[in-house]
This record gives sequence, structure tokens and C-alpha cells, in this order.
Amino acid sequence: MKSCLVVDDSRVVRKVARRIAEDLGFSCIEAEDGKQAYEACQKSMPDAILLDWNMPVMSGIEFLEKLRQMEGGSYPKVVFCTTENNVAHIKRALQAGANEYIMKPFDSEIIENKFRQVGLIEG
Amino acid sequence: MLWQERFELNTMRLTDFDIYRDLLKEKSGLIITQDKIYLLESRLGPVAKKWGYPGLEALTLALQGAPKPELVNDVVEAMTTNETSFFRDTRPFDQFKAVILPKIMEKRAATKKIRIWCAAASSGQEPYSLVMILEEMKAKLPGWKVEILATDISNDILAQARQGVYTQFEVQRGLPIQMLMTHFVQDGDKWQISDAVKKQVTFQKFNLLDNMSALGRFDIIFCRNVLIYFDEPTKRGVLERMAKQCENDGFLLLGGAETVLGITEEWRLLPEQRGLYVRKDSPHLTTAPAVSKTASA
Repeated sequence: MKSCLVVDDSRVVRKVARRIAEDLGFSCIEAEDGKQAYEACQKSMPDAILLDWNMPVMSGIEFLEKLRQMEGGSYPKVVFCTTENNVAHIKRALQAGANEYIMKPFDSEIIENKFRQVGLIEG
Repeated sequence: MLWQERFELNTMRLTDFDIYRDLLKEKSGLIITQDKIYLLESRLGPVAKKWGYPGLEALTLALQGAPKPELVNDVVEAMTTNETSFFRDTRPFDQFKAVILPKIMEKRAATKKIRIWCAAASSGQEPYSLVMILEEMKAKLPGWKVEILATDISNDILAQARQGVYTQFEVQRGLPIQMLMTHFVQDGDKWQISDAVKKQVTFQKFNLLDNMSALGRFDIIFCRNVLIYFDEPTKRGVLERMAKQCENDGFLLLGGAETVLGITEEWRLLPEQRGLYVRKDSPHLTTAPAVSKTASA
């Protein structure tokens, strides 16, 4: 079973995103901020990371930059999922190594679509 | 008995329903069943309002007289569905890239011209998706001229398509973020497709029930998710007239729930390619074993 790390400081968003990822066949772990996400990746690299931008302690973009420098850190497919919806943010995320980008609000169809585009699910 | 329950809740009389059913069948080929009464009511309310009728009953009465063609047109447009998204269903676009284009490029190496028809283009996502694929493959297409004709029965939806402005929600359905960055400009909470993409598509109003010969002949026809709304004779008519507009080595793509099987012999499924059809006399069918004639009595 593929694994998905859901990173968001909102418990509600984590719950919604987790439910959607689980429906797509992923086992999920949650992190409240970039630091927790980084620690989770040190323990075990997930297949997918759904990543919020603005979080206390360590932001999504900071986490992503650190992740891509870790050993094995180029492996996870990272999909940003954030209210930041302008071109500057999106370009910065792609430059930092994000594979896809979701602008909130999102629904299950959008997540499924993006996961498919980056090859996390087939068909 | 669901429709009966709905019918009791709603105000539309069955005789009124028949008027719309017959009108839509005649003008667009669209088949509606009684379980769609709710759809008639929700979509025709705004039409009645636009024409100054107090409600649906007054609109129905007007249609029974000698209605203006514009009114009939508005009714038909309101009822024809327009659900679409960029790279909808993925598969046809993968086939376009991996199967169709290589074969067509081989066949058209001399003229370097390809004509594509999106026969139910709706708000433009399908033809624009094709342009974005072609842009990605630009390096392999030097000197090639690809013409994309995108038609729809609805003027309103074509106006939207020509504008090429989409909501944040729409650009996230199927469109890879990299393509959004390359081909769109952000304008407030909307996303506008670039002029470079827009100018590669010609939009034109066209009813699939009409004579197709003026459109010319095509190498590739996308006709997805529209036949499902037609009855069998209408499907057959459209498919057979489309076969005449398709080059004999051309291709037809249908929607996921659509098939030619049991409807017409003019098209054949390309082996192992779901939803992708070629003409019955297509050179691409060479994989079919030649039947050797055995001596008969």
C-alpha cells in the first residue's frame, strides 16, 4: 500500500484530505507543520506528500527545500495544497521541487486528478 | 417510479413535457426522459425570465404557438449539457499523442497538414488541451500546419470558449500545473488562456444533425460524450455522416460510454485501443488477418 503524508496545521483540512487519500488507497500519516513532516520523512519516506504552505514552526516551502536535500528526498511526489493561488507562489513551489499544485478549495476529484497526473495512481 | 414522485412534486404537466421532448429531439437530437423533468424546470426557468414570461407554463404556451426561432434556440441551448474539463478522461489525449499523431504524421509527411474536428467542443477545454499537447510536441512538428475546428450547438458556450477564461476550479480539473503556468495568465480569481493557444482554434456553431459536407474532410475527429444523448437512429446518422467527412486513414474518438458496436458498420474499433475508431476501409486495420478463400462447393 502506498503511503501519503498529509501536512496541514488545520485539523479539519487534515481530516478531509486524509479521508480522500485513504479512499484512493493510501495509508496516511499526518503532520501539523513542516518540522513534524521533516521528522516523519526522516523515519520513513512516504510515496506522496500533500503539503500546506502557511504553517507555524516550519512552512511548507521550507520543508520542501529541506526534503529535496535529504537522502531519498527526491522520491516522494509532493503536491502543494494551499490557499496561496498566485503565479509567484506556484512558480516558487515548482522551482523548489513540487510535482503538482492544488489551490484551495479542493475536492476529491481534484486530488485524484493531480495524483494521477504525477503517477501516484494509475489509469 | 421515481419520476412519478418527482412529477407530483413538480408543476410540469406530462403534455407539456411532451412538447419539450419533441422539440429537443427535432432540433438537437437530444433525447430527454421524464426523469429529467427537474432539469427542464431548473434550466428553462432562466429562459422564461429572459423572455419576460412569468413562468414555465407561459413559456410552454409560447412554444406551442409560432415561436420565434431565437426562443427555440435558447431552449435548445439551455438543455444541451456542457460538462467538460481539460484533458477529460486522459486516455483519448494519451492516444492522440502516442497512437494517432505518429500514424497521421507518417501518412501526411508530404503535405505536413493535419485537420482536427472537435465536434462537441463546449467551453473549449478539449480543443485547447489539444493545442497544449501540440505545443509540447512542437520540436517534432517543424513546418507542420495543424488546423483545429471546434464546433458546438450552443452560441453561449462558444462565446465562453472563444473568451477562454476559466475559474480556478476549472483549471484544476485535469490541467497539469506546469501547463497552467505556461499557457495561462492569471486575472484576479480567473485564468485566461493565452492568445497563442486561442488563435490555433477556430470556433464555429454547428448542429450535428445538419449536413456536414461544408466542414470539409478531417484527419482526426473528437466526438466525445454527445452521442449518449441521442437515440439510435440519430447516433447512426451522425456516425455515418462523420465517416464521410473523415479521410480513409483518419481517426474518430468517442467518449468512454459510447461505441459504434451495434450501431453502424462504417467505423471499426482500432484493436486494443478503447474508444478509438477508424473507417472500415482504413489502412490502419492491416493487423486483421486476411481471410484466404477456401474452395467452395
